[in-house]
Amino acid sequence: MLADQNSNNHDIVFTTKQLSVYYGKQLAIRDIDLEIQRHKITAIIGPSGCGKSTLLRSFNRMNELIPTARVEGKVYYNEKNIYAEGIDPVSIRRHIGMVFQKPNPFPKSIYDNVAFGARINKYQGNMDELVERSLRQAALWDEVKDKLKDGGLALSGGQQQRLCIARALATEPDVILMDEPASALDPIATLRIEELMEKLKQNYTIIVVTHNMQQASRVSDMTAFLSIDRSSPEARIGILVEYGVTQRMFIKPEKQETEDYITGRFG
Amino acid sequence: MTASVETNGDFKENLGFRQKLGRFFNVLLLICTLVGLVVLTALLVDVALEGGSWIRPQLFTNYHSRFPEKAGMKSGIVGSLILIGLTGLFSFPIGVGAAIYLEEYAPKNWLTNFINININNLSGVPSIVYGMLGLTVFGRMFGLFEPDSWLVKAFNIPVAAGMQGGWQFDLFGIPGLAIQLPFGRSLVAGAMTMTLLILPVVIIASREAIRAVPPSIREAAYGLGATRWQTVSTQVLPVAVPGILTGMILALSRAVGETAPLLIMGAFTYVPFLPESVWDQFTTMPIQIYNWITLPQEDYRIHLAAAGIIVLLAVLLSLNTIAVYLRNKFQVKW
Amino acid sequence: MQEVKRVSVREIVAERKSKKKLFGLFKLSRGKSVWENIIAVGLFACSVFSVLVTLGIIITLFSETINFFSRPEVNLWDFLTGTNWSPLSSSPGPENFGVRPLIRGTLMIAFISGAIALPIGLGSAIYLSEYASEKARKVLKPALEVLAGIPTVVYGYFAISFITPLLQRVLEDGLGINVSFFNALSASVVVGVMIIPMVASISEDAMRAVPRSLREGAYALGATKFEVATKVVVPAALSGIIAAFILAISRAIGETMAVTIAAGATPRMTLNPLESVQTMTSFIVQVSFGDAPSGSINGQAIYAVGATLFVITFLMNIISDIVLRRFREVYE
Repeated sequence: MLADQNSNNHDIVFTTKQLSVYYGKQLAIRDIDLEIQRHKITAIIGPSGCGKSTLLRSFNRMNELIPTARVEGKVYYNEKNIYAEGIDPVSIRRHIGMVFQKPNPFPKSIYDNVAFGARINKYQGNMDELVERSLRQAALWDEVKDKLKDGGLALSGGQQQRLCIARALATEPDVILMDEPASALDPIATLRIEELMEKLKQNYTIIVVTHNMQQASRVSDMTAFLSIDRSSPEARIGILVEYGVTQRMFIKPEKQETEDYITGRFG
Repeated sequence: MTASVETNGDFKENLGFRQKLGRFFNVLLLICTLVGLVVLTALLVDVALEGGSWIRPQLFTNYHSRFPEKAGMKSGIVGSLILIGLTGLFSFPIGVGAAIYLEEYAPKNWLTNFINININNLSGVPSIVYGMLGLTVFGRMFGLFEPDSWLVKAFNIPVAAGMQGGWQFDLFGIPGLAIQLPFGRSLVAGAMTMTLLILPVVIIASREAIRAVPPSIREAAYGLGATRWQTVSTQVLPVAVPGILTGMILALSRAVGETAPLLIMGAFTYVPFLPESVWDQFTTMPIQIYNWITLPQEDYRIHLAAAGIIVLLAVLLSLNTIAVYLRNKFQVKW
Repeated sequence: MQEVKRVSVREIVAERKSKKKLFGLFKLSRGKSVWENIIAVGLFACSVFSVLVTLGIIITLFSETINFFSRPEVNLWDFLTGTNWSPLSSSPGPENFGVRPLIRGTLMIAFISGAIALPIGLGSAIYLSEYASEKARKVLKPALEVLAGIPTVVYGYFAISFITPLLQRVLEDGLGINVSFFNALSASVVVGVMIIPMVASISEDAMRAVPRSLREGAYALGATKFEVATKVVVPAALSGIIAAFILAISRAIGETMAVTIAAGATPRMTLNPLESVQTMTSFIVQVSFGDAPSGSINGQAIYAVGATLFVITFLMNIISDIVLRRFREVYE
């Protein structure tokens, strides 16, 4: 399903074609067709268990960490199919950063946390500058600049999450995937994350999974609504029900199912 | 595998090399894991080759003899079996009792902490130290029953002098309940030594088995007004018993293979008779094997020793198989 | 599947009533709680028993050690610093009871066996924790457990029946280096193999305790499997791994039969593992095997050596405990 705005005017980062993901024999999401636009925030919403995270993880081939996972279809990143034969998943992940639901900083110092990805990828430039740059972009620099040697786990929940964002930014990706980044945080920390996302989209493309619809409507430019395929509800297969500009989708959705979900009639 | 999406100059990535390195170490790590198995196989093959042809009836029916063709390990086999039985008898109540107390009764205070630390430390004490403990406390009882000790003099205890000395009396005057102090080199002394050795293992394994019982079972019983012992004895223990038994058998199989503590405590290597009571001297399979290893003739130190090892390993295998069978059969899946 | 025995309310009430009657006969008002208390005290006694065991060890070792050092032929300083251990000499004096050769023998074997077991054990742990499939683990883990269950006397036999001839063939015939029949290297090899499962099992537990989310975070940054294992998981599990190392070395220090059989009984201050040495443990066996009377000088010397051994392993266990506690990584 294509964006209903004139997509030729927008730079497309990801295009998925007939993307389906299986876990063993179980089909999780089916035939997803999506175009993600550059420098926009795209939200993926839907009831729990319909495959939002699975879809998100298809963009950086993180599904493959589960041994029984199998992907069919194509995902084009900057017009290259990342699932093509011979592509090493590890090579993609530097360009596509990920932030997880529960902050997961390494039990290392703040500095080493941010530098980790850069070191792995053999960064050649000045590491101190990179670390500072990343922490500034994550709006964390002022709070930690005097304690870079302290452990990352000593920070508060919201700070840890921003640390994880800084860590992802340090590999200089152009996309950031966020899997319910604020759901484990208190409201104030959540707000800071949302402000951060607004700032970051100037330089990055952001795809965020959220179960919080108010957040989706506040923050995102485009919204994709995933839900259980109604034709076989017991199988719990996720399909893309609707995808469009957030403002329009929340005011006047095209599908009844979308409206039902948004107005809280189900989900 | 090496095609990547794109790289900008600042990140050298070097993915091809990193993946190759990873694959190299993958193989290296697998080799590490297999090293132990290779050695195990070599050991079993070696023992089987050297001792296989010496597994004959004489091995089981004869005592040790000066003539290798006639030598057997009858006293060792019987000694080991009786010793393990006694050890189990002593260690089961104490070990399980301690486990029940620590899991179900103990309050969270410094004493409980201290007991826990203590048990952990005991499990790290070398087995030979337990032998020395057994020798002094059970075998010799600090020399308290020697003819010139202060205790004997003070209470005029009728002790016999010499090797088989000590104070022999009947418990409560009942003939048949004979007791001999000190325990000397008897099966009782050996069993108590081994009991102390495996006690930490029994406690730790029993605690795990008890801990594996879900709290909901206890809560249900308490909620109905059951007392603590009622809950433990009627609800918790029946469920934990398979795990406790498994741990017990594994602890005993460890005891079967022990040599040093019993040597220190004074078990003999040449015992040409079968023990008739628990106060008799004894020997065990590992001790006989060790004895054979130290003899100069090749028939003893290479062949008979290997045959003895095969028998010992067979016993261990049976014990462990029983333990695993018990564990699998009675494992309650929550 | 076993059925859990359910106690019905009626049964419990009936039991209570019957107990009351029984104790009512003897006119005890708190009938039930007396019985409960007796049980509780009994169980408590079982736990305290373990403390008694430790006390027993300490009292035994140190009282006999004191007896040993009360003898005119020995003194503590020469014991701890002397480099000559020849207790069987005809007129023993303090110069015959220097324990350092025994300590050196023990430490040499512990060191070499550690050098074998620690890398191999850690490598196995990494493989089992990060690389092996469930099926492979189901086979490999029990196999390692089997290795741990083999009695030490069997390892001793294996050392002299297989390892020593092998060493002699390779080193003597092949390289012309002299290998005596009883040597420390042979003993170290089998002790090393013996403690591999300990290192592997404890390290693996520590690594599996590292939460999945940490690994995911590293993968998402573009790390390879090997990098995730070595740069994230192992550092995160480090305290457990170090504790495993210390415990394994402690076990090697206390090892008796394999070294007694394979390394011989020649106490000497050497760094050459191809020679025969004597460890603290094998000295104790030597004396006991020889049936020395308990009041004799050697009969008491074993307690002094045993006390030394106990102190060393006790300290190592305490250190391993501290390492585990103090530096336990907090993941959440």
